[in-house]
Amino acid sequence: MNDVATLTKKDFESNQDVRWCPGCGDYAVLAQIQKLMPTLGIARENFAFISGIGCSSRFPYYMETYGMHSIHGRAPAIASGLKLARPELSVWVVTGDGDALAIGGNHFIHAMRRNIDLKIILLNNRIYGLTKGQYSPTSELGKKTKTTPHGSIDRPFSPVALALGAGATFVARTVDSDLAHMAGVLRRAAEHKGTAFVEIFQNCIVFNDGAYDAITDKSLRDDARLLLEHGKPLIYGKGRDKGVRLRGLEPEAVALGEGGVSEADLVVHDEAAEHGGLAFFLSQFDAPALPVPLGVFRAVSAPTYEEMNLQLHADAEARKGRGTLAGLFNSGDTWTIE
Amino acid sequence: MSVSAGAAEVEAKRGAPPRPVEELDSVVIRFVGDSGDGMQLTGNEFSKAIAKAGHDFATHPDYPSEIRAPTGTLFGVSGYQIQFAARQVFTSGDAPDVLVAMNPAALKTNLPDVKHGGIVIANSGAFTDNNLAKAGYAANPLADGSLGDYRLYQIDIAGLTAHALKDAGLSKKEVGRCKNYYALGLMLSLYSRPLEKEEEDIRRKFARKPELAEANVLALRAGYAYADATEMFVTSYRVRSADIRPGTYRSLTGNHAAALGFVAAAELSGVPLFLGSYPITPATDILHELSALKHFSVNTFQAEDEIAGICSAIGAAYGGALGMTTTSGPGMALKTEALGLAVMLELPLVIVNVQRGGPSTGLPTKIEQSDLLQAVYGRNGECPIPVIAANSPADCFDCALEAFRIAVKYMTPVIFLSDGGIGNAAEPWRIPDPASLPKLEVKFRTEAADFQAYARDAHLARPWVRPGTPGMEHRVGGLEKDFLTGNISHDPVNHERMVAVRAAKVAGIAKDIPPLVVEGPDEGELLIVGWGSTYGSIVQAREQAVAEGHAVAHVHLRHLNPLPPDLGDILKRYKTVLVPEMNLGQLSRLLREHYLIDVVQLNKVQGKPFKVSEIHERIVELCKGGAK
Repeated sequence: MNDVATLTKKDFESNQDVRWCPGCGDYAVLAQIQKLMPTLGIARENFAFISGIGCSSRFPYYMETYGMHSIHGRAPAIASGLKLARPELSVWVVTGDGDALAIGGNHFIHAMRRNIDLKIILLNNRIYGLTKGQYSPTSELGKKTKTTPHGSIDRPFSPVALALGAGATFVARTVDSDLAHMAGVLRRAAEHKGTAFVEIFQNCIVFNDGAYDAITDKSLRDDARLLLEHGKPLIYGKGRDKGVRLRGLEPEAVALGEGGVSEADLVVHDEAAEHGGLAFFLSQFDAPALPVPLGVFRAVSAPTYEEMNLQLHADAEARKGRGTLAGLFNSGDTWTIE
Repeated sequence: MSVSAGAAEVEAKRGAPPRPVEELDSVVIRFVGDSGDGMQLTGNEFSKAIAKAGHDFATHPDYPSEIRAPTGTLFGVSGYQIQFAARQVFTSGDAPDVLVAMNPAALKTNLPDVKHGGIVIANSGAFTDNNLAKAGYAANPLADGSLGDYRLYQIDIAGLTAHALKDAGLSKKEVGRCKNYYALGLMLSLYSRPLEKEEEDIRRKFARKPELAEANVLALRAGYAYADATEMFVTSYRVRSADIRPGTYRSLTGNHAAALGFVAAAELSGVPLFLGSYPITPATDILHELSALKHFSVNTFQAEDEIAGICSAIGAAYGGALGMTTTSGPGMALKTEALGLAVMLELPLVIVNVQRGGPSTGLPTKIEQSDLLQAVYGRNGECPIPVIAANSPADCFDCALEAFRIAVKYMTPVIFLSDGGIGNAAEPWRIPDPASLPKLEVKFRTEAADFQAYARDAHLARPWVRPGTPGMEHRVGGLEKDFLTGNISHDPVNHERMVAVRAAKVAGIAKDIPPLVVEGPDEGELLIVGWGSTYGSIVQAREQAVAEGHAVAHVHLRHLNPLPPDLGDILKRYKTVLVPEMNLGQLSRLLREHYLIDVVQLNKVQGKPFKVSEIHERIVELCKGGAK
């Protein structure tokens, strides 16, 4: 048994050998989550990590917490049942682009809309790794893989847009190679009350290496990515000399100072906006015309499903009293045979 | 014979001397009408009135899968059959003595079932040209003499109801809805039942709409008075009360009884119940019932699909709840992969399959027993799951408790098979004293010392550890595990050992199965082996055959995987084994495979239960033919 105050990263490392490919982006995510856990003030035994199938879904085996490596795509459904049965637990789902968005798409969107207090971390490498390199629902159009030798004709999902469209109350995106940014986003997700969704751009070194180079390469990334900050204008670029403004309902990348454009012309990020339009607007940004946003798209407060469920039970008990079997059995029309 | 009477005649006949009363042993009544006519309600109310009179009864609702099929059509006909008797009743009866037909389509589709010389009460006002055409009648059967073999009573139920309610201030539509209570009043009078309790019921049921309550009471009284006052019914009938075990009773459908059993499991174990489910006919009523019980430790979750239904239940079971899911055939197919996961995780879980006609969407509202092999075998890998089946509506209560008893003792998913017949049919349930129910013992491991996630007890069950318990953080999953630690293992010998232990664990459940009760001779010519909802038909068919001097035995199986340990010996004591099933011979296959014996199949796959006569006939054939 560990005292919550003295927990360290090490206490969250299981004795199982980590079996991801050397250089896989998953290592960085695992390390950040192991680092985050002891800082949350939650006893180790009160964490549960639930996953589906895929490379990222091996995650629970490496966490010295309660955990389940379940079946393909179903982790959000299993985690939902666990959280409803045990609202006091901190329940995390680790999933991938195939697991969450292809086979598990239905559970994913329903988890988002219900707002059960789950932390859902999607490691998006835009490829199927465990089955050795087929395109995924987030692979870009034209991508050549073993199942798309002539280039993919499947239009990709934006996981962030999908989560927003499904009504998620917390939606964020980060990237495996920016540890500080990832740490900040994961902490925000942990602290959110309700379903928190984090998409992590994760490099698959074997089957899709370099998928995120444009936004991870230190010499390029500042011009290609936009770090979202609540209440701040959308500014990016190496010299923080670029921004995004609105033309009608269309976003437009602009150079600050050119043609009289100033910070005052730029869109200001508001992650808590009541209307989800701004977050969705941001979710549509893509290279090369616009920078790729990283950070918290949306964080709004709403009652959680399990709180409302507990309330229904409390109300029923207040109304009818705690049920008894004798009362239940004898309810309705009864008759007695002498 | 055909009789009809108008409202005016009824007025004139008031005060007529009471009709003679004829005593009967049993009566089978079928109410049929459009699916919007309220026949299920009428049938239900009638069965309650019958029960209160101390009769045993059994019912069979038969309704189309369309909610409101176009009115007057043959495929929109909804029926409710009840048999009540002065003795124990096991089925809703083969052939109705009385048919109450609310329109021509109802008459056309049901007349062939009615007993020769039986009573037909026709809602004559609905026999319009239009309705006759929809039912495919060239001429009005009420007028053309084609019903000469029946005792036909033409009563304009809709018209007389409207007449009775002309001052009630209701819309035409609302008045139309009252006609089922008029029909109920007619029947209560014909069978010598008092009105008072029914009036109380109506007022309770419509407490929020007193004007509708009073209208329905008026309709009920009008129907009752009509039957009392007209001379069209020359006699009333009385069925003597049955010799029923003393106690307090209520009428329950199988789905309702199952729901009560699951709540009892939670209360008796002190472990909360969690139902993850997706609506599907004919299983949804279990979800309905449990959803209303939030003042108990009962959580219900209407999931986004069948898969999420079982997966949420697995998550809850992992969290230390009594996890369960309810479904029917097609939903069962969708849950298959998750069943395999539950087998690997070795967590307690109950899966209820209220079977219906299959395959695919099949016959959603009809009865079949064709998911037995799916339950026993239908998964990838060597994936043993215990299977039990209920044999009657009331038995669903006991099976719900038995399913969880096995699940928690052996740390395993358990499949509980019911079917649409049992699930929707009602019978009297003798209310047990909760203190008399067997305790359901659940032990969560809390001792961290020497903990191994897959160490096993004497029953080969692994420990159940609730997340939140310090010092036993561990991982489980669908990958093969090490025999002791539960960590991933791809070791070939370990895999074989795990496959064997999972099989041995489920096989070991047999030692808990009580000795089978064989009705009839201990050995001899003929043994009937049944399972599930064929119980009632088999019992009555056997009783009839025994009364005729045939030596026939019957054993009914609740446990289908593993099979009862004494079944093999029992089977060998008879020359012929007859297995009636509502499938193409699924239990027959299991028996042949397990015991290397042959059996005689009797199969029916029509979406309808066996008639007693169908089984009786086969018994007699086999007995006369010296068996086989």
